[in-house]
Amino acid sequence: MVRLIETCLTPLLLFALLAIAWLSLSFGSTSVGVIDGINDWLQGETTQAALIIGEIRLPRTLLALIVGAALGLSGAALQGLLRNPLAEPGLVGASQGAALGAATVFYYGVFAGLGTLATAAAGLLGAAVALLFMLLLAGSGRPALVIMAGLAISTVAGAALAVVLNFAPNPYAMQELVFWLMGSVSNRGLDSLIILLPAFIIGSALILSQRRLLAALSLGEQVTESMGLSIKKGSYIIVLGAACLVGSSVSVAGAIGFVGLLVPHMLRPFVGHRPDRLLIPAALLGAILVCLADIAVRGMPLGRELKLGVLTSLIGAPFFVWLVWKERKKWL
Amino acid sequence: MAIESKLLSIKKVSISKRVDSVTFDHKHGELLGLIGANGAGKSTLLHALAGLETYSGEIRLDGRTLSAIPPHERARMVGFQPQATSSAWSLTVTDIVALGRMPWGDEKRTAIEQAMERTGISALATRNIDHLSGGERARVWLARVLAGEPQLLLSDEPIASLDIHYQLAVMEVLKQYTQEDRGVIVAIHDLSLAARFCDRLGLMYRGEMIAIGTPKEVLTEKLLSTAYGVPVDIDLERTPPVVLPK
Repeated sequence: MVRLIETCLTPLLLFALLAIAWLSLSFGSTSVGVIDGINDWLQGETTQAALIIGEIRLPRTLLALIVGAALGLSGAALQGLLRNPLAEPGLVGASQGAALGAATVFYYGVFAGLGTLATAAAGLLGAAVALLFMLLLAGSGRPALVIMAGLAISTVAGAALAVVLNFAPNPYAMQELVFWLMGSVSNRGLDSLIILLPAFIIGSALILSQRRLLAALSLGEQVTESMGLSIKKGSYIIVLGAACLVGSSVSVAGAIGFVGLLVPHMLRPFVGHRPDRLLIPAALLGAILVCLADIAVRGMPLGRELKLGVLTSLIGAPFFVWLVWKERKKWL
Repeated sequence: MAIESKLLSIKKVSISKRVDSVTFDHKHGELLGLIGANGAGKSTLLHALAGLETYSGEIRLDGRTLSAIPPHERARMVGFQPQATSSAWSLTVTDIVALGRMPWGDEKRTAIEQAMERTGISALATRNIDHLSGGERARVWLARVLAGEPQLLLSDEPIASLDIHYQLAVMEVLKQYTQEDRGVIVAIHDLSLAARFCDRLGLMYRGEMIAIGTPKEVLTEKLLSTAYGVPVDIDLERTPPVVLPK
């Protein structure tokens, strides 16, 4: 039975993903035909359907799917690498670094030449810099040190972000930033994919190349090294991949918490708890969940918009508390 | 003949400050026991042989310099079972044993099944590791190494914390493995079992190999009281042999 679920899991998730994507495209205040809309939009016509599907719902759906996949995949990879079920993509310091980079753009207008891409570019850069410092601090790439270094760099980036907020030149920019940090995929436009998509492909490829390492690490570092694998090199590749995924996601969609934590836990029993087999299903389920959450957010009554990141936190935080409780019982 | 049967040749090997100028050979088909007090350097020596520690001096495996063998190739020749293994995730027994095939990049069914049969865990194949007892787990860790079919199997205190039934079971599996012309080096604290199962013993004391030879040559009152700092009672004529502190 378990084997059957294991074999069917990826196709099932893929099917669910397509269904959710279709739902996301057809869901909204105006009822339009999805196929007509896509056809019109592709042919460059400016019908109402083409505008709603092509300019609003398609970018939103694609962003939700890619951001969700990036968060799910990086969560699964980091939990496997650190052998810690409480690991979260924010752990490597990339989220905070990205937030700091983007906030700097909001206030000081750096990268003005890039136009709308400035935030994304700064976020990615912030994540990369935070990651670089994290790697330098962690040195050996040992899991426990990566956690500590990630925490240290997150704290530093958090402090720097507070400084940026403290000296905010105008109160509206501050409000804008706070809302952005709450996480959302609305009003982003297809051009954010220019940054997100390549970062997603590179990050995923880096992580997927280390599947064997993740499997071996289940039995500890000595077993892994004795089987001829380099933990140091592999850890760097995984952390770099996760930073690509998390950094680009945060820069485009803000902080969408707990997806990277939740998704691997939901799937683990269906993949025989194997960290290597968890990766692709985690990406698919992450995409499904974020897209579903975004549909839920759009379904809220007009006027007061609930931010996507707030919704995932509302669902994810109690789950996190439950996880800590479960872990605690192991040690008592 | 002498050169051909040498699986491992170790000359003046030193490892940081924990192992000092150790020299010995290990033959095909031999079960070699490393004995000595805690901190004598047994684990460190095994780590160096498994490629986990850098060393000075010369280690030759099947005539080749160990440090010059690429890691993935070394992993096919040398299997290592660390002192304390645990699984971070609730994997199934079959999945854990199959990890032993990783150096080969395959999941050879016959090797995996044979390893599970030898260690008597075939009936546990679909069970999750965290639902097994300590004795059952010890045999799973051993099966993982056996599945890799290494020429040289290194096992660091595989029977520590096991009851006498499992101690015998694990030692018998290791002994049986040497009968296929492969070598096994085991770090072991139980001197009676060492005397009973090992072809030769190497006695380590403060990083040095102070004696190496047959159990009869090594398990003497003088050597053991030097190495362990306590007087011992030795009766090797008995079946099974007994070595106990006085």
